[in-house]
Amino acid sequence: MNYLTSIGLEVHVQLRTRSKMFCGCAVGFGAEPNTQTCPVCLGYPGAMPTMNGEAVRLTVRTGLTIGAQINARSKFDRKSYFYPDMPKNYQISQYDQPLCEHGSVQIDTPAGGKVVRIRRIHLEEDVAKNMHFANASGVDFNRAGTPLMEIVTQPDITSAEEAFAFLVALKQILQYAEVSDCNLEEGNIRCDVNCSVRPEGQEQLGTKTELKNLNTFKGVLNALKYEAPRQVEVLRRGGTIVQETRRWDGDAGITTSMRTKEDAHDYRYFPEPDLMPVVLAPAQVEAWRATLPEMPRARRERFVSEYGLPDYDAGVLVADKVVADFFEAAARQAPNAKAVSNWMMTEMLRLLGETERDIRSVPITPQALAGLVRLTEARTINSNTAKEIFAELFEKGGDPEAMVKQRGLGQVSDTGAIAALVDEAIAENAKSVEDYRKGKLAAAKFIVGQVMKRSKGKADPQLVTKLLEERLAAGA
Amino acid sequence: MTPDLTSLTVHGALALLESKACTAVDLVDALVAAIAARDPELGAYVSLDADGARREAEAADKARAAGTGGRLCGIPVAVKDVLNVRGQPCTCASRILQGYVAPYDATAIARLRAAGAVMLGRTNMDEFAMGGSTENSALKRTRNPRHPDYVPGGSSGGSAAAVAGGVALCALGTDTGGSIRQPAAFCGCVGLKPSYGRVSRYGLTAFASSLDQVGPMTRTVRDAALLQEVLGGVDPMDSTSVAAPVPAYTERLTTDLRGMTLGVPREYVVDGLDAGVERAVRAAIERCRELGARVIEVSLPHTRYAIATYYVIATAEASANLARFDGVRYGQRCADAADPLDLYERTRAAGFGPEVKRRIILGTYVLSSGYYDAYYLSAQKVRTLIRRDFEQAFAQCDALVTPCTPTPAYRFGEKTDDPLQMYLGDIFTVTANLAGICGLSVPCGVAGGLPVGLQILGPAFKEEQILRVGHAYELARGEGWLG
Repeated sequence: MNYLTSIGLEVHVQLRTRSKMFCGCAVGFGAEPNTQTCPVCLGYPGAMPTMNGEAVRLTVRTGLTIGAQINARSKFDRKSYFYPDMPKNYQISQYDQPLCEHGSVQIDTPAGGKVVRIRRIHLEEDVAKNMHFANASGVDFNRAGTPLMEIVTQPDITSAEEAFAFLVALKQILQYAEVSDCNLEEGNIRCDVNCSVRPEGQEQLGTKTELKNLNTFKGVLNALKYEAPRQVEVLRRGGTIVQETRRWDGDAGITTSMRTKEDAHDYRYFPEPDLMPVVLAPAQVEAWRATLPEMPRARRERFVSEYGLPDYDAGVLVADKVVADFFEAAARQAPNAKAVSNWMMTEMLRLLGETERDIRSVPITPQALAGLVRLTEARTINSNTAKEIFAELFEKGGDPEAMVKQRGLGQVSDTGAIAALVDEAIAENAKSVEDYRKGKLAAAKFIVGQVMKRSKGKADPQLVTKLLEERLAAGA
Repeated sequence: MTPDLTSLTVHGALALLESKACTAVDLVDALVAAIAARDPELGAYVSLDADGARREAEAADKARAAGTGGRLCGIPVAVKDVLNVRGQPCTCASRILQGYVAPYDATAIARLRAAGAVMLGRTNMDEFAMGGSTENSALKRTRNPRHPDYVPGGSSGGSAAAVAGGVALCALGTDTGGSIRQPAAFCGCVGLKPSYGRVSRYGLTAFASSLDQVGPMTRTVRDAALLQEVLGGVDPMDSTSVAAPVPAYTERLTTDLRGMTLGVPREYVVDGLDAGVERAVRAAIERCRELGARVIEVSLPHTRYAIATYYVIATAEASANLARFDGVRYGQRCADAADPLDLYERTRAAGFGPEVKRRIILGTYVLSSGYYDAYYLSAQKVRTLIRRDFEQAFAQCDALVTPCTPTPAYRFGEKTDDPLQMYLGDIFTVTANLAGICGLSVPCGVAGGLPVGLQILGPAFKEEQILRVGHAYELARGEGWLG
């Protein structure tokens, strides 16, 4: 029997705000423990929350980018449970009236495009961070109260790979909408996963498990690659799935039970009496809608039509907004957008990958890349020289046109000078000439190499090949 | 002859300060001496920073001399131990907050400071403001200044006893279900519960967030009006505070009640209403009629559901509000906790008293999965009906006049074994909190030798109307009401 998998995600996104959700403390990563706190985010007696309007705007903006319904009235609720990372032992969240509902995100799967429905987007506050020492535990409240947006999908995802594709697409949207820095290392995006399987033909979803401790997209992928087959195996053996929360152990590559439904919290939600409901005027929502930037799918289509890129290339470039921004800035100044794209797709992404750097932190500028493309298009330099210059720009920056001029790296396209070098090479490599005439065409490449060596790499290799073939055909 | 500085009203003290007949330091010294003499018996205060108060008084005297003093410049104020005052303990009369020192000023305190008031000391209360006799204080017993065997009421029992007992000119209380008005009635002073949203709750340790209000407790209605002018107004730190203009209440007081209509709710004449209380209140209403008010009967049909509704909503909110007292960040912490759960259980078991535990358990229950709709949601619906009762009543009259409490103060221990009896004592006061309206208690005589309070209720943000009724009545009543 075949089994179908249903996956739903709850994605927590740290919003790009200057201050916390309910107080004026700075939001920041890496500060000394408990230096970004106040009576409000420490849950001191008598302290009261006040709402961060920017966090509401960013959440609504996210809703607008995924075509969600923006609720004219939403409210905050208290979610109660005791844990040392919770200053008040309740979290201010949104229970039954979230800011946004009913959106969708398009993803690419091997079988084509697919729509994942979004159930809701709500706003809440983050918890603190527990730290454990040899003989004691501590709590760092710097993170407590950071604005978190929770995006909840419908269980439309049917495989680990689709879940991964969804997260990639969502991250793109969040970056494009500039609602989050999406820095995974700093925990800007965290994910809980619900997974169930059922026999093919069965309408009703199977019993689900919730997976926790998934801090990377790869972790989600790998956890689901383990969990869905595990559930199928249990059912195949005649067992039943227990509704439970399971922890992903990335090192061991397995999920293990944390707690079953019987131990589940009763969160005792009730409306937060310290905050007024959020009422959004339609005019306000429309004003925010008017400021939406171009989203990745639209940009991909535009890259195809405006710059003549293949769809695949456009897809790769728009995947990361800052990479796409770089491309577009360079393409606008270069004579050939496709050539710019080629540099981006090959050298740039390769070097970024190898060095694990962000395109914003490397010295090469879009202006420099455009200059490099101008040099190759004009055949002022050959491709080997261009690659060397690119590597140098990537490492140190600079103006490629000035570099070529100063160092005399310009390609030798003087037919007479190259012809002389070709003649020399033919004279000194009689054996190769003979091999060529016997039909070993690869021998010509050796001779071209010899000519390039003599020119110190500056000869135009195409010109060299052309002249050599002419000479050999003429029986020189 | 030097006047007795401890028996002054706020206005009386301001007049002496203005005429240089006394200084703020004199007032503080007189009160500190009175506290030393009388408070060991009375038990109104839980802490006193006499040196700090004297320093603030010196600063106030300098400000007054320089002409930069505010409206309460040099007036010492006693503060219920539920409000955060920077650098001072704030125990909420609970063991669990022993050792906690507030790192910030509540907005009400900041406003008093800005007006030049001097923070005198901290008054006793029922633990976390839960109770009506101050017997639930984990720290000490406060006695009724009119009779040492009787309770002062609560939860602001320390503030009421201090004002009525000659050890404070005025005080701050808080009122969630009657905790300003009821002790004011029991001790024989004036207590104003402002409309919900009128005074910022920022810095008030929350009991029930949708019901709590800070308000003044004074010796005269005019003094309450003055303090309320200083306390009132919107605060960006409290999202539930309302941006309604604060009228100059003291300028709107009148000596008669001509043109006013007062409503008497028929549902407030209940079984168990003490005959002496009823007599005193009827006489007070008659006095209002003589002052020119038209008196009509009105109906508040949902009154009989008020106590049940109140104890569902208040305990639900309290169960979440008091969750933060866990021993992790401040206050008392049990020794050698094995794990977080052990830390919570032992800290809270030792830190909270029985009434607080009872209410946390009740509130946790009514919010539990499967019970929420039957209790919390139903209570919210009834709350709406009670609010509508008042809207309909206030369509016919400017203010309501009722007894503040069904009985005068009772003896210590008389109701401690029967929490339900204790809760029923809130019957005339909880409705104002549920409806978010304003209420005032003014002494109107005695029953069995103990003070009786006349409660005056007014529409939300119409404090000027109840202050006007209270002030005119108080003038007509005169000084000899205690008999």
